[in-house]
Amino acid sequence: MSKRKVRSETLYFALRNNKLRVGLSVILFFLVLTFVGPLLTHYAPYDYVNPLGAQPPSAKYWFGTTMFGQDVFTQFVHGLKATFLVGVVGGGLGTLIGILIGFTAGYRGGVVDEVLNMITNIVLVIPTLAILLIIAAYLKVRGILTESIFIGCTAWPWAARAIRAQTFSLRSREFVDLARLSGMSPWRIIFTEIAPNMMSYLLLVFILQFGGAILNAATLDFIGLGPTNAVSLGLMMNNAVLWGALLLGIWWWFVPPGLAIMAIVGALYVTNVGLDEVFNPKLREM
Amino acid sequence: MSLQVDNLTVYYQTLRGDVQALEGATFSIADGEIMGLAGESGCGKSTLANSLIRLVPPMRLVRGQVRLDGEVLPIDDARRMSDYRFSRVSVIPQYAMNALNPTRKVGKMMAELLGSKGVDFAATIPELKRRLDLVELSHDVLKMYPIELSGGMKQRVVMVLSTLLNPSLLIADEITSALDVSTQKAVAEMLVGFRDRGFVKSLIVITHDISILYQIADTILIMYAGQLAEKAPTDVIIRAPRHPYTKLLIASLPEVGVRYAERRLSGIPGRPPLLLDPPAGCRFRERCSVAFEKCLEAPPFVELEPGHFVACWKELGEDVDG
Amino acid sequence: MRRYLGRKLLIYVLTFFLAVTIDWLIPRFMPGDPVQTMLSRASLHAEAVEVMHGYYTRAFGLDVPVWRQYLNFWVAIFHGDLGTSVYLFPQPVIKIIMRAVPYDVFLLLPAILLSWFAGNWFGAFAARNKWLDNTLLPLGYILTATPYMWLGILLAWLFGVVLGIFPIAGAYSFSMRPHLSWAFIGSVVKHWFLPFASIFLVKFGGWAIGMRNMIIYELEADYSHYLEALGAPRGLIRKYAFRNAILPQITGLSLDLGVIVAGALVTEVVFSYPGIGYLILQAIQNQDYFLIQGCFLFIIIGVLLANFAIDIAYVIVDPRTRLGMVGESA
Ligand SMILES: Nc1ncnc2c1ncn2[C@@H]1O[C@H](COP(=O)(O)OP(=O)(O)OP(=O)(O)O)[C@@H](O)[C@H]1O
Ligand code: SF4
Ligand SMILES: [Mg+2]
Repeated sequence: MSKRKVRSETLYFALRNNKLRVGLSVILFFLVLTFVGPLLTHYAPYDYVNPLGAQPPSAKYWFGTTMFGQDVFTQFVHGLKATFLVGVVGGGLGTLIGILIGFTAGYRGGVVDEVLNMITNIVLVIPTLAILLIIAAYLKVRGILTESIFIGCTAWPWAARAIRAQTFSLRSREFVDLARLSGMSPWRIIFTEIAPNMMSYLLLVFILQFGGAILNAATLDFIGLGPTNAVSLGLMMNNAVLWGALLLGIWWWFVPPGLAIMAIVGALYVTNVGLDEVFNPKLREM
Repeated sequence: MSLQVDNLTVYYQTLRGDVQALEGATFSIADGEIMGLAGESGCGKSTLANSLIRLVPPMRLVRGQVRLDGEVLPIDDARRMSDYRFSRVSVIPQYAMNALNPTRKVGKMMAELLGSKGVDFAATIPELKRRLDLVELSHDVLKMYPIELSGGMKQRVVMVLSTLLNPSLLIADEITSALDVSTQKAVAEMLVGFRDRGFVKSLIVITHDISILYQIADTILIMYAGQLAEKAPTDVIIRAPRHPYTKLLIASLPEVGVRYAERRLSGIPGRPPLLLDPPAGCRFRERCSVAFEKCLEAPPFVELEPGHFVACWKELGEDVDG
Repeated sequence: MRRYLGRKLLIYVLTFFLAVTIDWLIPRFMPGDPVQTMLSRASLHAEAVEVMHGYYTRAFGLDVPVWRQYLNFWVAIFHGDLGTSVYLFPQPVIKIIMRAVPYDVFLLLPAILLSWFAGNWFGAFAARNKWLDNTLLPLGYILTATPYMWLGILLAWLFGVVLGIFPIAGAYSFSMRPHLSWAFIGSVVKHWFLPFASIFLVKFGGWAIGMRNMIIYELEADYSHYLEALGAPRGLIRKYAFRNAILPQITGLSLDLGVIVAGALVTEVVFSYPGIGYLILQAIQNQDYFLIQGCFLFIIIGVLLANFAIDIAYVIVDPRTRLGMVGESA
């Protein structure tokens, strides 16, 4: 089958896969909200806009107000931006490092592989959060970008493992042998011969890293080690719990941020499985 | 007649429509016959073979009937069909190397499989061991995990297991293609041995290597684009084919033994039609140098001489009188 | 098998070595005079500050060369001496941690094991069952995507505040002293239930989804098709598929331990459950570096022990590792 035909076939199944449709719609919805949301509100996230303090959702304050009279909707849409940023940067960085290490280990094999694999396994065993906690605790001022970078730097091991295994299985294929015989440099072979054949797989890895980064950030933010100069969904939950929203029944403060994280990450996972079915004909449901 | 196939038509259901991979196949296999099945890649050989034992979605039985030893096989009823599988119809799959469950010892897997079918494994052991001897496998394989066996050993284990219940029909789909030449010959001879000893009554052997068929097959059935083209005793197919496609196929082999699939029939212009929406009539029409109007209808598979079937209007003499 | 476990053990030893080194660096990373910073954070009596300052200066051994400090740290660890807490002065860190550990075991062991067994069982059950696949598995996706703390908050709010069925803070009623009585045990179980349920539910969803996807792969594997072609009953085919699908799930369990640790931490924070997770947050907020050090060390030890237990389970289930055929699979 020609490459062209394969591509159109993939697209054909992609458009008809329900998991993919649902997943992408949800992500798209939140993405649009991220960009449009700030235009719909004329407050800043930490402005004290409601002198009456905490009030349930109303026509004026769509998601209600916090105990200090801050607009929850405003915080929410700005928090979404932080969430997507962490996902893209943290997830992207994690995938990138995973790709570099996975490709090198899988393609070179031998001692290089042994060493990289050992390092990967060691980093894999050390609980990421413990490291992140310590790093975060030392930094007095933290931005979302810094947070994303730290998250990406600690999230790569399983991506590296997965990519290494895939590279191993591709390495012995004929087209790679041919390229090697023709004297191509290893990195050119990796990027011209191996990577294109793993594109779909790398995409799946990125999606999972994306979701993982979002959850990691929420954890950090929730225990107060998130950004010190911005608003995020995890931080909203942190504040809600810190100021007794639970006992006071201010549910509109802590429900939206968690719900959004759950929906976005869940949609990412569903998209992942949907894509897997599209790329892998055996899994398609007839 | 051990196997009788009547007008068997099987499609693959896809979102784009039906892939008409097997159209109106009618043929039979005699007791003790080893029938080779050949044709270009994608012509429907595996579809035919699978229809006889494991017709599962997206495959769909459109029409037709299959009889084994006079009894109709419920090929499209998975539940009822499983009573016939293994004991009456069996298969040595193409992927014999991966056919064994990696986390069970070979013997234990056999015991569980036979047990689940209500066969007393313990009583089968002496015969099993005799057959292992026959294919030159040590009895120790029963205590091993598949990962401990070489590819060739796994293949022989599968051969022994698949034929353990003496099925009437055994289907071997490209079981030699992954092997080196000397192993191919040995495996092919084992198949003949199984038939001679009565482990199996008749056999369908699918291969891309006509030299293997020349060596072991009694008859050869040639397929083209989902339709049967010609069936005749091996000698006749090789030396005196009558269907235009078979003629080209055989002529394109410089000598018996060349794997035809690897050379795209260079002498024949064009390529096989897509089976998603095949042309009506003889599907070879567009590449056939002697085609004429009549070929817009599908030619019947007719016995021109005893044991020699051809589906071609030309050979039926239609161009003369019609 | 020996080779397989030997390799694993080597990785764990190296990991432990690295982790302890990181641990040792923790207080030394701090800008400025660590001891002073630390002590000024904790509001202690003037004389306590005196004592502590002297103690920590000696403890850090700022007068000895760095390599000596490092060696001393190792020696101290093997003597179970993790220093004294600032935040809970003058209690030794090891004592504080040992008090928290049972709560972690009590919370995590059942949550991890039960969710793993239940999730795998359920996922295998739902696979290739159109109805379950379409109704209950979406729930699995939702659960596994739920941030632990949020599920915890929701459960606490719903069952604790709104319905008032469960308490939402502490490990047992504040009005009780630990003792052996039904009333006390009841209180402990009641306090344990919601944090347990939050971790259990999130993980349950993850394992169910994982197993469902794995088993579909396995049911499409060659050996499954062969069994089908030989007319094996569905039960046998699924049983084999399950046996093979469970292997990556065991590996998955060990890969997931880090995430579970994070989940446990925030859950403990939500419910003020006095495990190590809660403790580490207190330590960070109070800049109690000796306590952070100790908590980190115990988390590492816990994760390594759990990993090793999982490896042994893997060896028991996968014959290939026993034969030494697979150099490494987890
Ligand atoms: N699952 C499927 N879905 C749709 N079409 C299929 C499917 N499997 C096979 N086909 C189509 O059916 C036709 C016959 O395929 P089949 O596998 O029977 O060919 P074959 O003769 O065995 O080829 P080969 O020699 O390569 O094994 C082909 O055109 C193929 O594209
Ligand atoms: S039926 Fe017609 S088209 Fe088909 S092979 Fe015969 S002559 Fe050619
Ligand atoms: Mg085939």
